[in-house]
Amino acid sequence: MERLYESQKLALWYFWTAILLFGAQVLFGLIAAYQFINPDFLYGVLNFMTNRMLHINAMVVWLLMGFIGGIYWFLPVETGREVVGIRLGKLAYFAFVGAVVIVVLVYLLKQFGSGEMLTLWFITEGREYIEAPRWADIGIVAVALTVAYNVIATTLASKKITGILGVLIVDLAALFGLYLAGMFFTPNITVDQFWWWWVVHLWVEATWEVLVGVLMGWLLMHLLGTPRKIIEAWLYVEVMLVFGTGILGLGHHYYWIGTPEYWLGIGGFFSSLEPLPLVAMVVHAVYDAGVHKLQTVNRPALFWAFAQAFGNLFGAGVWGFMHTLPQINLYSHGTQMAAAHGHLAFFGAYVAANLALFYFILGKTRVKEGYILNGTPWRIAYVGLIISMFGMVAALTVAGFAQTMIERATLGSTWDAYIQAQMHPWMEEAFRWRMFFGLFFALSYLILLYDLITAGRRVEQVKEAKVAG
Amino acid sequence: MGIGWLEVVIATLFVSIVVSLILARGRHWLEPSFWKVAATITSSVMVIALILLSVDTVRKVSVGSKRVPHPSVINKEIGYVYNAERMAMEPVFGKEVGLFGKVWSPEEAEKLITKGKLVIQSRNCMDCHTLLGNGAYYAPDLTKSWLDPKWEKQLVPVTGARSKEDAMKLFLMNPDKYPTWVRRMPNLKLTEEEAVAVVAYLKWMSAIDTNGFPANFPEVKVSQADQ
Repeated sequence: MERLYESQKLALWYFWTAILLFGAQVLFGLIAAYQFINPDFLYGVLNFMTNRMLHINAMVVWLLMGFIGGIYWFLPVETGREVVGIRLGKLAYFAFVGAVVIVVLVYLLKQFGSGEMLTLWFITEGREYIEAPRWADIGIVAVALTVAYNVIATTLASKKITGILGVLIVDLAALFGLYLAGMFFTPNITVDQFWWWWVVHLWVEATWEVLVGVLMGWLLMHLLGTPRKIIEAWLYVEVMLVFGTGILGLGHHYYWIGTPEYWLGIGGFFSSLEPLPLVAMVVHAVYDAGVHKLQTVNRPALFWAFAQAFGNLFGAGVWGFMHTLPQINLYSHGTQMAAAHGHLAFFGAYVAANLALFYFILGKTRVKEGYILNGTPWRIAYVGLIISMFGMVAALTVAGFAQTMIERATLGSTWDAYIQAQMHPWMEEAFRWRMFFGLFFALSYLILLYDLITAGRRVEQVKEAKVAG
Repeated sequence: MGIGWLEVVIATLFVSIVVSLILARGRHWLEPSFWKVAATITSSVMVIALILLSVDTVRKVSVGSKRVPHPSVINKEIGYVYNAERMAMEPVFGKEVGLFGKVWSPEEAEKLITKGKLVIQSRNCMDCHTLLGNGAYYAPDLTKSWLDPKWEKQLVPVTGARSKEDAMKLFLMNPDKYPTWVRRMPNLKLTEEEAVAVVAYLKWMSAIDTNGFPANFPEVKVSQADQ
């Protein structure tokens, strides 16, 4: 165990908060999933719209917190010094948590307001994924700026800029700058959605991907001892491929919102290539697995890192490609296909990355030199979360195909077509399967939580570790 | 200015590759610095292309453009028909019929649409419905909701309204009273003024040229256009 930098303690706060919000995400997901089966459940009390919003917002926030935690963990290691504005960083953490609590309470207790700017400022902005009211947006930007300041100031103070830090700084600037594109009101829904996708797409399909590339690069360097030169070369290749395909891949959101027809070709072409960097990462993961024969001092971190590479390829790459071409998207746009893709992509690309980082940090803080972090609970949680996620995604994919074919291709996309598709056994059964696997996922989450709390501290684990060590 | 997608694709890829190769010449392809150049150039080219395309797009979808008509279009009959030449469905406009029994001046229409959008955001419509196909999947897409046959077929008789827009208004104010199937829309406490604004917004949204989405929608024809 090494002595921790203050910044690394802050990283732990961020990770624990993230994991608790992960629980909130699962809880509201379960309620929303159950409402698909029994729409009277909590009707008028906690409507689907509120549960769905909390389900997704909890996810966005906890993933971001995990990323910030990852940055605060590795930043002092990379620069060899304490983070410059660490007090500011801690203050920002409390501001962030406080803001989240207030926003959630308002979501739960007030839920919606009247059609005025005041509602957008203080209750909800009513734009999917970035529903947080405007005051909270400003808070998020302030928190983000402190993180960016800390990264830049610490890098400058250490008087050396590594390739990884360079990529991180550019990426953070883009990531937080983009958020500003989501902070305005316009009556023109086409213009609204045009900029809204700048935030949503250029976050999850560009800047978040690169940020995770940075964090996973650090993880592999410190976990497996992969040489910096290889990590940096891969990181640059990844940046080239992610930005090279993902920036104009944004066009796949511009097919049907009123924007010009050239986006069909541009979006279709570049977004079809978006899986390329993900394939590259899997190649690298398989190579690493072979070189190290899956042996490491931190088995859960390594396995979650592999899950990240494969999950990202399947969830973002394969499931994204399935409906990214305009020829199919004309029919599948706005169906459960998107839900299937979203679930697997976020889990594979970002949840797995966060868990890998968290386990790595727990290993560093709890396990003595010469011992390994291992055990049974993490394996159960690992297998459970992955199987149940694939189960949910399979169910939603079936529902998505059925909806695309019945509502869109056959019955003509009307209100009645929607109802008929939703009432079709192919969709109804799928929603029940999704519920089943959702419960399975929730149980696996509880095992994960137990393991995160006790990993490296359990008596039997210390013994096992001694044998292995 | 017409922009072809293929030209954009070829130009961005060509410039990225050629400039990267020129600037990285002399470096071994296994060196990180080779890929650093490639990453920087490719990202920059794509960002520049996106900015140029965005400028063009925002101009083409501004209020009053061909793709996003001025709000006063709510006074007209709006239809949605298949254009054989384009091989896609597109909105068409007919004679002036007004909305809620009156013809709205351009300023009034603009104010009404702004109000409608505020109501739509304040009630979080997107977390159950999709608008232009974006949102949640718990309730029907609203892109062409104004043109949906269900209003006249079912909601006008059930609400006892005299017109489609009145039926929409009554439904929006008390959706819990008029269930259409097991999932009921909750009562989001819309005032009459707010409900009128939302109906106007839905009508306006149906006038946006969405490149044929949703496809296969039942055609709605309009009487002789008097443009």
